[in-house]
Amino acid sequence: MFSDYSWAELGSIFAMQGFAGLSLFSVYLLMALGLAIIFGQMGVINMAHGEFMILGAYVTYLCSNMVQQYLPFLFGGYFFVAIVLAFIVTAALGALVEWLLIRHLYKRPLDTLLATWGLSLILQQLYRTIFGAREVGVDLPSWMLGSISANDMIDIPINGLVVMSITLLIALGVYLLMFRSGFGRQTRAVVQNRVMAGAVGINTEKVDRLTFSLGCGIAGIAGSAFTMVGSTGPTAGQLYIVDTFLVVVFGGAASLLGTVASAFTISQAQSTLEFFLSGSMAKVLTLVTVVVILMLRPQGLFASKVRR
Amino acid sequence: MSIRTNTDYMLALTDLSVSFDGFKAVDDLNLFVDENEIRVIIGPNGAGKTTVLDLICGKTRSDSGSIKFWNEEISHLNEPRIVHKGIGRKFQTPSIYEDLSVFENLELSYPRGHDVFGALFFKRDSEVSDRLQEVAESVFLEDHLDKQAALLSHGQKQWLEIGMLLIQNPKLLMLDEPVAGMSISEREKTAELLNRITRERSVLVVEHDMKFVEDIAHKVTVLHQGRILAEGDMDTVQNNPDVIEVYLGH
Amino acid sequence: MNFANTVSWRHMLSMACLLLLLAIVLPITLDAFRLNLVGKYLTYAFVAIGLVLCWGMGGILSLGQGVFFGLGGYCMAMFLKLESSTPEATAIQSTPGIPDFMDWNQITELPALWIPFQSLTLTLIAIIAVPVLFAFLIGVAMFKRRVSGVYFAIITQAIAAILTILIVGQQGYTGGVNGITDLRTFMGWDIRSDGAKTVLYFVTIAFLCLVVFMAQFISRSKLGRLLVAVRDQEDRVRFSGYEVANIKIFIFCVAAAFSAIGGALFTLQVGFMSPTLVGIVPSIEMVIYCAVGGRLSILGAIYGTLLVNWAKTSLSESFPELWLFGLGALFIAVVMIFPKGLAGVANSLADRFRKPRLDVASSPDMPTPVDDSNASSTPLTSTTHQSATRHSRPGSAVHGAAGAAGDIGA
Repeated sequence: MFSDYSWAELGSIFAMQGFAGLSLFSVYLLMALGLAIIFGQMGVINMAHGEFMILGAYVTYLCSNMVQQYLPFLFGGYFFVAIVLAFIVTAALGALVEWLLIRHLYKRPLDTLLATWGLSLILQQLYRTIFGAREVGVDLPSWMLGSISANDMIDIPINGLVVMSITLLIALGVYLLMFRSGFGRQTRAVVQNRVMAGAVGINTEKVDRLTFSLGCGIAGIAGSAFTMVGSTGPTAGQLYIVDTFLVVVFGGAASLLGTVASAFTISQAQSTLEFFLSGSMAKVLTLVTVVVILMLRPQGLFASKVRR
Repeated sequence: MSIRTNTDYMLALTDLSVSFDGFKAVDDLNLFVDENEIRVIIGPNGAGKTTVLDLICGKTRSDSGSIKFWNEEISHLNEPRIVHKGIGRKFQTPSIYEDLSVFENLELSYPRGHDVFGALFFKRDSEVSDRLQEVAESVFLEDHLDKQAALLSHGQKQWLEIGMLLIQNPKLLMLDEPVAGMSISEREKTAELLNRITRERSVLVVEHDMKFVEDIAHKVTVLHQGRILAEGDMDTVQNNPDVIEVYLGH
Repeated sequence: MNFANTVSWRHMLSMACLLLLLAIVLPITLDAFRLNLVGKYLTYAFVAIGLVLCWGMGGILSLGQGVFFGLGGYCMAMFLKLESSTPEATAIQSTPGIPDFMDWNQITELPALWIPFQSLTLTLIAIIAVPVLFAFLIGVAMFKRRVSGVYFAIITQAIAAILTILIVGQQGYTGGVNGITDLRTFMGWDIRSDGAKTVLYFVTIAFLCLVVFMAQFISRSKLGRLLVAVRDQEDRVRFSGYEVANIKIFIFCVAAAFSAIGGALFTLQVGFMSPTLVGIVPSIEMVIYCAVGGRLSILGAIYGTLLVNWAKTSLSESFPELWLFGLGALFIAVVMIFPKGLAGVANSLADRFRKPRLDVASSPDMPTPVDDSNASSTPLTSTTHQSATRHSRPGSAVHGAAGAAGDIGA
């Protein structure tokens, strides 16, 4: 498939598709960070994670419409407001879900998987009832449109760059929170020994709830980023859940660096292959590769050897 | 008496090492167990006692060194193969099938029908039931065969697991803290049980309970930070200054 | 005492109840269209029974059973499609004699993949062999490397996604998103008539009985108890000298074979096969059939399948938007409120009507208190609790075993 192109052309294609894949990378990374926190730290599988993302996307959509209608002079900055709102709304829903559902199922990971799948169906239908079955798109402020031309073949989309900068900031924030703060220490203590953590005075229930709602909140931010990549519909989140899980597992569930690396690899592979193959075959090839690698190295790329 | 070579021992661990994430859990360990010997491994928490058992039974792979059983290298074999060689392992927390009856727990451990189709067409004949009955009696569970294993007391669960090992008739029995959490009377019964069942096999025990160790041990090995600190009979080890230092001093 | 005989008597009774319902009551009371609908539901029950063995007993949750259902169904559909694509019937195509969708996709020669499906024998072999081989490869790759639990679930789901995208993308070879449609005859016999559909309904029941029989043979053998043991204490099984991976591979292949039979029968009864039956959504829905039945109950899986699909059809007819809410709530309820499903409800009802027996007083499968109102509002329950499916639960096998042991020991 490469033989039709010269080396220079190939280089440009890779660079172009690479930059085009930045938005996808952002969505994958934010989704995966949320999942990795919830799954890696708590062992809980949240199949409704895609629906949390879509909730963030709808919040962004509403925010964009409101600002355009009532505060048009602020439109240039609405995206940042939307990100904060998306985080707050999804995190709140996350806390509610943890209280109603998840906390009863901590020792039954497969059951959590089924229950959160049920939750995802309910949320999908809720979105359909409220927002309609049609997909909605978000208008971008003018400064985020367009692109920077690096040379005559490579265009770097500005919105992709903005979203990626925000994503990397959030990833850094998550790292600091999980590994450099008291909350992170408490979370990791609960992960390693729940009984002991409780005995030394950590409120394990509170830590669980905060961790889960933090993971969901980050999914909400992923939703804001998602509005840059695709149009928002009730079932759009479902398409991402498998990919995101593969990102998390591929990176090694407990490693944040692994998550970043694997989100980058998978999004770039997909974006680059899409240029050469049809979109569906690019996806098949990426997923098959990831699954095969996981079969060869089930602990993920960045896991360390521990006493089982 | 001539110098003994490795081949004389039933179990010979030589230069065995394993590390987890940079931490050396077992460090150049050499350990030899004779036929019909009861060997107890003691040591402070984190000394690598359970890891040694994990290495022998194949649960953990060593980084280097050799494990020989009857002079045959077994460190590359997987767990079931090691079991078939004649090594049985009891875990620290009772690991039994709580949803099944005592009888079925023992039956699943009976050394026949180990492959898929063997299990599918397994027939419960009188040979099987006789043997199960016999083992159940030896672990004080003959009156509880019909009982669901989850309903047994903690001590009974420990005995059931020992019974599940006995059915396999292993040549080397490895027990990880067999009396942890037992009442005094249960502990005495267990010591009696171990003394009885160890007559025609070797036993490797990890234990904290010094009274119990004194009751059963032929020879004691003290582990500290993945290395052997002292080895010998109970008196020698107890009077060893290094051991006293590790247990009492700082 | 002879508890073993009691168990098999109970088993006969519940099996007879099921047969009475499926083979006599439903054919008499339902019209041809509805009966065909029930026949379609029953093909999903094959998948649910496979999941009872694989997930309920063995603890291996596969979220990709639609893959095997689909492979079995596609094998059958390819055969039927070739049969109806004779050169005479397809004379208007630019290449007569090949399936119509291939002609639309500018394919001028039958692809090599399709050639074996000209033969009925090879097709019948492929229906079982292709899915089982695929399951075997997945099983070897995953179980030998000790991938299990949620990792296995997610990877099987990814495989379902991959296969769906592949089928949709390769339109010329697979019929794409529409699937393989317009299937008319099976060895010259018109499968679209009402009479043929009724015959196929009974054929489905016959195969269902065969599968139930095989599943019960497995669940009552030592292998069945081993599966439960693997679910609860995988390491102990390994240290009792069993190759755990082989046990898992075997049961995963069995579940795949059952699903494939269901898929092939689906194609025959419904007259098409499409990727909508392969993907993530149908695969996980099939898990809920099994869960509603009670996870561990083989007959319960059949009732669970019928109940959920009946609810789906009647709700989607009248209130389509309510169905997803209902299905979502069902997923949550079956996990949080009644994890033992219909079998649990049936057992608690059966226990209420029966004088408690001393020797089962310590029964391990004594259900936890279950909210009866969950199922008593549904019409199928009246038949469900007669056929209390305790015998197929491994917990009851305990007593069969222990009783028999007592006899020998005495």
